[in-house]
Amino acid sequence: MTKPAAFFQRDRTWHPPALTPDYKTSVARSPRLALLSIENSASELTGPVFGHGDIDPGDADLIRNYAHTGDPVGERIIVHGRVLDESGRPVPGTLVEIWQANAGGRYRHRKDAYLAPIDPNFGGCGRTLTDAAGGYAFRTIKPGAYPWRNWVNNWRPAHIHISVFGSGFAQRLITQMYFEGDPLIQRCPIVRSIPDPRAIEQLIAPLDMSAAVPFDCLAYKFDIILRGTRSTLFENRLEGN
Amino acid sequence: MPQALHELKETASQTAGPYVHIGLAPGAAGFDIYSNELGHDIAGPHAAGERIRIEGVVLDGTGAPVKDVLIETWQADANGIHAHPGDPRSGEVAPGFRGWGRVITDFDTGLWGFDTVKPGPVAGRDGRLMAPHISLWIVARGINIGLSTRLYFSDEAAANAADPVLALIEQVHRRQTLIASLSLRDGKPLYRFDIRLQGDGETVFLDI
Repeated sequence: MTKPAAFFQRDRTWHPPALTPDYKTSVARSPRLALLSIENSASELTGPVFGHGDIDPGDADLIRNYAHTGDPVGERIIVHGRVLDESGRPVPGTLVEIWQANAGGRYRHRKDAYLAPIDPNFGGCGRTLTDAAGGYAFRTIKPGAYPWRNWVNNWRPAHIHISVFGSGFAQRLITQMYFEGDPLIQRCPIVRSIPDPRAIEQLIAPLDMSAAVPFDCLAYKFDIILRGTRSTLFENRLEGN
Repeated sequence: MPQALHELKETASQTAGPYVHIGLAPGAAGFDIYSNELGHDIAGPHAAGERIRIEGVVLDGTGAPVKDVLIETWQADANGIHAHPGDPRSGEVAPGFRGWGRVITDFDTGLWGFDTVKPGPVAGRDGRLMAPHISLWIVARGINIGLSTRLYFSDEAAANAADPVLALIEQVHRRQTLIASLSLRDGKPLYRFDIRLQGDGETVFLDI
């Protein structure tokens, strides 16, 4: 592999800004000074490489990867899609990690004290590597909505947290996937931290009956787009480039 | 209308939230699920170079420690080589050296720390050497898009003075926010690196 080319500039107007006062926690945790924009060097164009030795095949099945006495409670779903870059090229072999609440909206985390019960058979995390076409798939339980401290009566829409690497550290991304038809999406200050409605729509997974398994589980499709790679046409080749 | 570019848009970021540990460090969330939790060992046992420890806290705009933050680290080895196929010398990296780590805080104090080897200098975009540094990526509840920054070393004053990224920081006094300070603990090198998200001494964050 030759030295990688720079990534497309990140469109900061598409992403949520750091300060979004309706999401109160952002107020004291948002930088106030401008980011320093730097061109990609090797430190940003490279990033960790993962292989099948790092994970187990069963890690992608959240219905079974923490099951002790039986399957977890809730609506059984498949979440699948592709990881592509902004040019539409598949991103193969990249690590995708997810985490979520259980069907009742409770997280298996020592800091979550919501009254909905822990499911003894549900851990709530999974991971997999994308295939040669950038494809990935998880089997899980549809997460429930849950209340959180912001305004007195804020509820998160059902969502799955997704972490993706790409090939370079500058592509690193964490996002959340929402479910088609959920009326809580448009009411959520975290969702609405994203200024562009089209960017919000891109976070909503449609029901995908073509991938549903009869008498077993429904399916949702969610493609993830990472920063593209610039072409180097007519670019002056500097030393080390 | 001109032709369309047919480019896709990057998926928008959302906060990692308070329960990021479930997905990325389930042991810290309080349960055991994976046979191999990733990111604990940055340098591995065989890598050459000086073994160092780095500690710090992340502080919010009120000066309080951010106790639920998660930091990822990325660095070259002591010879300035990244464990990545895009680095033409990646074959020379010692087995077990990944150069990437996941660092979580003590939930009570917000203190974090990690062990690694001190990285060597890496060529920058124009071929000029960059001073030894570790790239950091910071996510937490209340952080809408991961914050990127770099950690440089106080005992590399000459290299830091020639570093092309530090040189881009217009307010010269702010360069110090990216420099970890060296001390010794039990005779071993310990660097302190506090990250200030906002306010006095706000860390320089990067748009990479």
